[in-house]
Amino acid sequence: MYCYTEFDEAFIRERNAQFRAQVERRISGALTEEEFRPLRLMNGLYLQLHAYMLRVAIPYGTLSSAQMRQLAMIAQRWDKGYGHFTTRQNIQFNWPKLGDVPDILDALGAVGMHAIQTSGNCVRNVTADHFAGAAADEIADPRPVAELLRQWSTDHPEFQFLPRKFKVAITGSPNDRAVTRAHDIGLRMVERDGQPGFEVIVGGGLGRTPLLGMVVRDFLPRADLLPYVEAILSVYNSFGRRDNKYKARIKITLHELGLEDLRARIEARFAEIRAEWRGADQEILARIEQDFAPPAFRDAPVDAYTRARAADPVFRAWADTNLHEHRAPGYAIVTISTKAHGATPGDATAEQMRVMADLAERYGHDELRISHEQNVILPHVHKSDLPAVHAALKAVGLATANVGLISDIIACPGMDYCALATARSIPVAQEIAQRFEALGLEQEIGAMKIKISGCINACGHHHVGHIGILGLEKAGVESYQITLGGDGTEAAAIGERAGPGFAYDEIVPAIERLIAAYLARRAGPDESFLQAYRRLGAAPFKAALYPEEKAYAA
Amino acid sequence: MSRRFTPSVVTANALLSGEAVWLSADNQWTGNPREAALFTDAAQAEERLAWAQGQAHTIVGPYLAAAKPGADGPEPTHFREAFRRRGPSNYAHGKQEALCRG
Repeated sequence: MYCYTEFDEAFIRERNAQFRAQVERRISGALTEEEFRPLRLMNGLYLQLHAYMLRVAIPYGTLSSAQMRQLAMIAQRWDKGYGHFTTRQNIQFNWPKLGDVPDILDALGAVGMHAIQTSGNCVRNVTADHFAGAAADEIADPRPVAELLRQWSTDHPEFQFLPRKFKVAITGSPNDRAVTRAHDIGLRMVERDGQPGFEVIVGGGLGRTPLLGMVVRDFLPRADLLPYVEAILSVYNSFGRRDNKYKARIKITLHELGLEDLRARIEARFAEIRAEWRGADQEILARIEQDFAPPAFRDAPVDAYTRARAADPVFRAWADTNLHEHRAPGYAIVTISTKAHGATPGDATAEQMRVMADLAERYGHDELRISHEQNVILPHVHKSDLPAVHAALKAVGLATANVGLISDIIACPGMDYCALATARSIPVAQEIAQRFEALGLEQEIGAMKIKISGCINACGHHHVGHIGILGLEKAGVESYQITLGGDGTEAAAIGERAGPGFAYDEIVPAIERLIAAYLARRAGPDESFLQAYRRLGAAPFKAALYPEEKAYAA
Repeated sequence: MSRRFTPSVVTANALLSGEAVWLSADNQWTGNPREAALFTDAAQAEERLAWAQGQAHTIVGPYLAAAKPGADGPEPTHFREAFRRRGPSNYAHGKQEALCRG
């Protein structure tokens, strides 16, 4: 894992000292809210419905056990004993007091963390495949490059006041777990003639205008990455619209200029600046790569795992859903579900964080990851240790065997917390999970991604959910729109709107009808909801959602 | 043509805690929405809002929120304001916590 250098430490210390003074001046009355607001946002501090919210960056979703323990300490000391992992691989604290935030930032700085650029029109936290460095299907670990991008973009003077926020995602695997086509820049590691490089995707994004990114360069040599990203940002900074915030993202620039024009401008700018890059970035990258050297995997028998599988059906069910193939023999990637039926997706208590940190330290080479699906990952666990890991997770309510199933729902905070929300998301997620658990259908339904946003900004990624739910306000009440057929993988697709919205108390029954239609129409248990939707089209699902209309038509 | 005025309370977030607060009839900021003053006169509501905007040392982001008279003080007419005065639905935090403590 990356360790802060003296430079990083000094930079964070200075920024935190500046913010401490800014908070003091706000409280003393020397700064107005108009003056203070941009300063607090630069440090991740929002004001929400009930309280302040501090958004802390977890770069490319990677945490050490010491960092996770510090998050637990912060949750307990300065918040209400929990934290919320987000779809941007960040953590949010929902209840900090203004006067405590400087101390919280110092506590974060002590473990190499910060909240810089988690808000504002700048390059945000660079996200990555949450299985990076562990997945069997990976070309290379994308995190050294993600860290290079983080260092380059942090406090970059040219890119602090972009037309709008800017999100970069990176994957080292052809199986895209980082939703690269829904980011301003998506980077996919590829190889050509034995040389490593990137496919560069530009102009993806969800929100009110959901668009999938387009390939602007199908092969970019690895050493050209930073100058090329700089060229993209430079063109966006010049041509991105500043007259209308709803048209300010690079996806709109792409569609207004067209792919060919945008590409030509990027390539021209790249040609102009390439020579200025004389290799210092590659020297830094080489140093960063040493920090990400793979752990010393051990070669040991897996008998304990085999025995536990045979003896304990609860362990077996968990192993079947929550483990993924690791690149090292005898190892597994463990996904810890934060989605116990009825729990708030992405929330973890301080105690749960400490248990996960202890497990990472004892069994997981000291590493944890946060996924954009709001779960926590132990990326490197030897299979012989899995029974002990499972038992420890079970003791704190973290052993739910539902990863990739209908109750593994993404949900934004929605109107329970967020000042921008138009409807609630969390209780809808809770009720869907509880309903399908009560029906006992979860395993039967199989692979399913439900994603819920509480407003059009789409933090809950509803457009790329197999079933997407968007909470809006209609005629003074909450109304939920359903989209179908979305996909966040390498076969990315934006879901199609099914029809009119459903009231709060109608949305769970509507989902139930949708699932009943799928179970009745699927070719067999191996055909997932998404596959069935692609084969059958929207019609049978719309008919299930809106039975009255069908009755009228007949 | 300007929109018709609806009776309103003046609400904001407290500067230090960030919690939702309301303006009472005696010009105090209260965490209890039942103690909010309900303004039925547009000019008076605007005048109190303008006053609140000068309270930057205590509160953040004051605005007028539509409300109606109720048995126990003003009641919100929009669900967003109802959530603000209750707290989140997933935990008994926020105002609910204060009420539990009595």
